[in-house]
Amino acid sequence: MTASILTVDDSMSVRMTTRIALTGAGYKVTEAVDGLDGLNKARATRFDVVITDLNMPNMDGLRMIEEFRRLPNQIGVPILFLTTESDAALKGRAKAAGATGWLVKPFEPDQLVRLVQKVLAK
Amino acid sequence: MSNPDPVDIFRIEAAELLEQMEQGLLDLEHRLDDRTLVDAVFRALHTLKGSGAMFGFDRLAAFTHHCETAFDRVRKGLAEATPELVSAVLDARDHMRALVEDPSGDHADEERYLLERLQAAVSGAAPLPVASPADGPVAAAVPASPTTWCIRFSLPENTLVNGTNPLSFLDELRAMGECRVVADRSALPPLEKLDPTALYLAWEVTLTTDRSRADIEDVFLFVMDDMTLTIEAQADSASTPEPGPSATISADGPLAIATEPSPDRPAPEATARPANDTADPRLRRKVESVRVPAERLDELMDRVGELVIVQSRLQQIAATSSDMGLRTVSEEMERLCSELRVTMMVLRMVPVATLFDRYRRLVHDLQRDTGKKIELSTDGESTEMDKTVIERLADPLVHLVRNAADHGLEPAEARAAAGKPEAGSIRLSARQTGGEVIISVTDDGRGIDRARVRTKAEAAGLIQPGTTIADQDLLQLIFQPGFSTASSVTNLSGRGVGMDVVKKAIESLHGSIDLTSRPGEGSTVSLRIPLTLAIIDGLLVRVGEGHYVIPLPAVEECIEISQEEDLRSRGRAFLSLRDTLVPFIRLRELFATSTKPDPYQKMVVVSTGDEHVGLIVDQIIGHHQTVIKSMSKLHEDVTAFSGATILGDGSVALILDVANLISLGQEQEAQLRAIA
Repeated sequence: MTASILTVDDSMSVRMTTRIALTGAGYKVTEAVDGLDGLNKARATRFDVVITDLNMPNMDGLRMIEEFRRLPNQIGVPILFLTTESDAALKGRAKAAGATGWLVKPFEPDQLVRLVQKVLAK
Repeated sequence: MSNPDPVDIFRIEAAELLEQMEQGLLDLEHRLDDRTLVDAVFRALHTLKGSGAMFGFDRLAAFTHHCETAFDRVRKGLAEATPELVSAVLDARDHMRALVEDPSGDHADEERYLLERLQAAVSGAAPLPVASPADGPVAAAVPASPTTWCIRFSLPENTLVNGTNPLSFLDELRAMGECRVVADRSALPPLEKLDPTALYLAWEVTLTTDRSRADIEDVFLFVMDDMTLTIEAQADSASTPEPGPSATISADGPLAIATEPSPDRPAPEATARPANDTADPRLRRKVESVRVPAERLDELMDRVGELVIVQSRLQQIAATSSDMGLRTVSEEMERLCSELRVTMMVLRMVPVATLFDRYRRLVHDLQRDTGKKIELSTDGESTEMDKTVIERLADPLVHLVRNAADHGLEPAEARAAAGKPEAGSIRLSARQTGGEVIISVTDDGRGIDRARVRTKAEAAGLIQPGTTIADQDLLQLIFQPGFSTASSVTNLSGRGVGMDVVKKAIESLHGSIDLTSRPGEGSTVSLRIPLTLAIIDGLLVRVGEGHYVIPLPAVEECIEISQEEDLRSRGRAFLSLRDTLVPFIRLRELFATSTKPDPYQKMVVVSTGDEHVGLIVDQIIGHHQTVIKSMSKLHEDVTAFSGATILGDGSVALILDVANLISLGQEQEAQLRAIA
């Protein structure tokens, strides 16, 4: 079955690149424009992987990850976050919030796909 | 339809981010301790950096990174937001825009200067290195000959809940070479105490591979700092190029791996380059070329226009048919068309705020250039207008704001002498009346010097010396080509663009411009702009044999005039309507109609804001969705009509220019009052 992925980013260009990369690799992609939007979409549907930005208006990625982990329909879903800095503290905070892994921007489409494959359970 | 180019999308997005940044900074200038503004600016910097790097704008990313680092000090409370900082970041922002537009240019000196200023503004900051996208070592790991490793790892209990599947690690290790896995179940609790979502297992893996230790560590990239992991090279392995036979991973060590370039994850420099190469030819295109979506909207608008015409033909056919089915379809079609049209309009509407916001920066710069203190205030920003109209208003408004700052507002001393507050005020306001939006630029400066206007006009040969001319007409001379009141051309207003150009621009939008000024108190320039240029709701009326459309937003009410009233009002041009005298115009007379008038004349009361005029017609036919076709050059001097439209039966109806008819009516009234 096609794995479905939720991408959460306020940047349309990043959403678009991720969508092109992921749909190209055969995944089904749902997009959300900020944490709140992402969370609402997650309430309705279970996803196989979530990819989210951290720095967003309305609800930032950290808050969203925390809330997401409390959703009964999304237990154990891998969450990857996109980050620009290799800031240890930020990664720590995202991990503490419940994130599974991260990807440092800028990234190549293959890197993203490889990462998704990595966290998707067989 | 092909996918839009992500680089183009990035450019649009970058423009928005830069805009947000600018607005945030300008607000910050007034509220220096507002944390939300600091955060907003930081977020814009951060996103710009991130996306910039994604799309091969390396210089932009590097430069923005340094700005972000500096600004982060403010965010973290290590430095204070000061006007100097705001100003430095604003200039840096302008440079970022240049980098978006021309990523290949040489900007090193400018960047050094900007970053030095930034650094000075966040004093105490560590020196900021000059941006260089090529920074960062590309340390190629030496591939090793096969080594046998003993890998032991255990993960925290919440691993599964947080989305990590340990089996995926085993899969990845198996993919690297020959692998033997032993699970350590010693921590497994008795069944009644077992939490099904917790992880109790640990693993020992023996792996023979030619991959490096770093590659193995990479498998555990995301869990590295929460887990215990030991990777030991087996003593009996052939060769061990890795330094140190054993390493226990500490919490901070592996973090570097995530960012350090490794063969699998090339350095940003290397990854960005191909993208850059492919994007290059496109980079030379101007930013305007990315506004494809707006053009598509225009196309759609045209189609909707055509559809509306076809629909009105259908309606006309249905009206004369007894086929109930056809009538139902026609009514349904009319409703859908009307909804489609409204949707279409809304799609194209943007709040005037997007326009007004641009002038805050202009005023900021004008303060610096003129040395005058200026306060810009705005109101009615939520008024919405067609996007195209808004864009075409941007330049004329720049000129008006410049004029107000340069010619209108007096220097501080003169203001003090006149008893005015030190800071001059420029006010931008917008409001909607009927189908028009009125945008005005008001200053509280010296007002227009009539004597100087007269001297200039005489010098330019626009009026004869000594001619008596009404005040309003004198002011209108400013809009004549070649007129300029500044005796010396200053940097600000005298850029070869006069008020005549502004007037032309406004008229090309079917708008009009008006100027009022009180000496010593200030001036107001008002622009009346139609809400949209393409389709309007109209009231279709008949006068004699001709059909005319009155823009519906201007219509206040329709009244039937009895024959007695009609006769009584002959020779006069106003009628008492609920104790108010309303001047009216007999369109039959205005259009010199010779056919026999209908026994019952109708009056349509139209207004623009406070002024009312009645238009007397033979018959009111009803609501009509009107697709505006502009009149030919030949007819551009005709003032009573603003355009034409095609009716359902293919005949033409002229669209009445309500504003002009109202002023005509008001003139009539004034004349009659003068006589009376």
